[in-house]
Amino acid sequence: MERVAVLGAGMTRFMRRAQETGKELAWEAARMALDEAGLTLKDIECVALVSAPDAFDGVHMKGEYLADGAGATRKPFMRSFVGGGSGVFAIIHGWYHVASGHFDTCLVVAEEKMSSTMPHPQAAFNTIYDQFTERPLGVNLLWIFALEMNRYMQVHKIPLETIAQVSVKNKLNGLDHPCHQEGITPGPDLTVKDVLDSEIMVWPVHRLMVSPVTDGAAALVLASERVAKRMTDKPVWIEGVGWHLDSSYWTNRDLYYPKYVEYAARMAYRMAGITDPRKEIHVVEPYDPFAYKELHHLEGLLLADKGEAPRLLEKGVFNRDGDLPSCPSGGLLGVGNPIAAAGTMKVAEIFWQLRGEAGARQVARPVKRGLAQAWGDLMQVGTVVVLGR
Amino acid sequence: MMKPQNARGVPLKDEDLKVGKVLTTEWRVKADYAWDCGIAIGRYFDGLKEGKILATRCRRCRRTVVPPRIFCEWCFKPMDEWVEVRDTGRVNTFSVSYFSWDMTPLEKPEVPAVIEIDGCSPGVGFMHLLGEVGDNLDEILRRVKVGMKVRAVWKPADQRTGAITDILYFKPEEE
Repeated sequence: MERVAVLGAGMTRFMRRAQETGKELAWEAARMALDEAGLTLKDIECVALVSAPDAFDGVHMKGEYLADGAGATRKPFMRSFVGGGSGVFAIIHGWYHVASGHFDTCLVVAEEKMSSTMPHPQAAFNTIYDQFTERPLGVNLLWIFALEMNRYMQVHKIPLETIAQVSVKNKLNGLDHPCHQEGITPGPDLTVKDVLDSEIMVWPVHRLMVSPVTDGAAALVLASERVAKRMTDKPVWIEGVGWHLDSSYWTNRDLYYPKYVEYAARMAYRMAGITDPRKEIHVVEPYDPFAYKELHHLEGLLLADKGEAPRLLEKGVFNRDGDLPSCPSGGLLGVGNPIAAAGTMKVAEIFWQLRGEAGARQVARPVKRGLAQAWGDLMQVGTVVVLGR
Repeated sequence: MMKPQNARGVPLKDEDLKVGKVLTTEWRVKADYAWDCGIAIGRYFDGLKEGKILATRCRRCRRTVVPPRIFCEWCFKPMDEWVEVRDTGRVNTFSVSYFSWDMTPLEKPEVPAVIEIDGCSPGVGFMHLLGEVGDNLDEILRRVKVGMKVRAVWKPADQRTGAITDILYFKPEEE
């Protein structure tokens, strides 16, 4: 198995409604990643693409539709999709291409344009529910999050105020991200009270605990060790990858703990030779489409005991100057949530953190190894990557 | 130097579309579906029509599940038997929804819940709605607790169609 490096990362601004088409967004992100890697499209041997349901765009064969903008013309091309988990699945999928020895370089592109469904992508989202036993109840997407969040809060007796602190942390972090979606953070003096005073959408979920609908793209350039050593003095390596899927019968399993995230993390840790993740992971970007999810995922990633993440949050452990900075980018709550591209944005953040290029977002502690994680489908998929330098 | 540098993208406001500042092309999808309910859910819905909740049981895995399936996804063998479970259960988790399926605000909130069904394996149940639990958040949070016992409220027998909505909702049940 070949070692695989990340040579460059790129992304567009995250926007509620972008003037650019999906192809144009994909091209902008891919171009930035190539520029940063010091490569051109002719150096790229294959392309790995992720994008969420075709229904968002009203375009069937969306992978093929996006391919030209993703640099895939006349190249080996493959699209994968695991809902919200796709953004981190993208680098896993790209890693395979290079680790296999088949290719020396791979361009990984993640694109999402959610604004095309009018007025809102909710009806497309609702099709994730079972068509026989769930959809006739008049579901909306927020239900599953509210049900899972309440289960998590009830089992561990977590106050709503603590969950609101996640929104404050990430939304304030996001102000330092040049690509953050306009208006995603009400202001630099956002407080827990503001979050709790925001509209109740589906209790216990308040509006400021939910990431927005977003258009955007992100991209990565991967290369074999042979190419990486020629191109850069500070390669960032893919040290571990892991992914895992749980049952679609989600009402048959206890939602308080994402077991499938744990299995994905264990797989990545084993590959990376990590035995004590709390000491060996220095910065983390867990998936945060909803405020409680960051805490839920930190536990699944074994970076906190079950029910312990809220207490560590209160102690400031997950702040940028804490022992285990979490979502220093601002995450989905602070930058935006173009479904498939959001996870790839998180991988890009870990890449920039490891290279010391995150500027105002750079975490205080020295970092040699970081982790990005995404999650999705019917609360059932975990995707994990460990990067190191 | 802070990355990403000079990221591109032109953000639009909804207004820009309305006033024609940018051009759009519109299209409406018309797609109707009729799904065969399949073997397991077909029989499950037959049961609902008769006012019964049916589950399937895997003896090997010692598991009784709803919604029923013809295969056990754990041992990957056929399920061994159909069993009638009760129309009572306990609230595993619940929420209070102020938005309809298409995000239209609701005057009176809905109360979706996961209900662990009596007679199934521990922790096994399905999603449905709670009813007779109040009209506003305060009332609902006062009356609904995780772990509380609930009972199905059925449509009158002559109005049932063999659908999940043959159960109108679950209501609190005295312990």
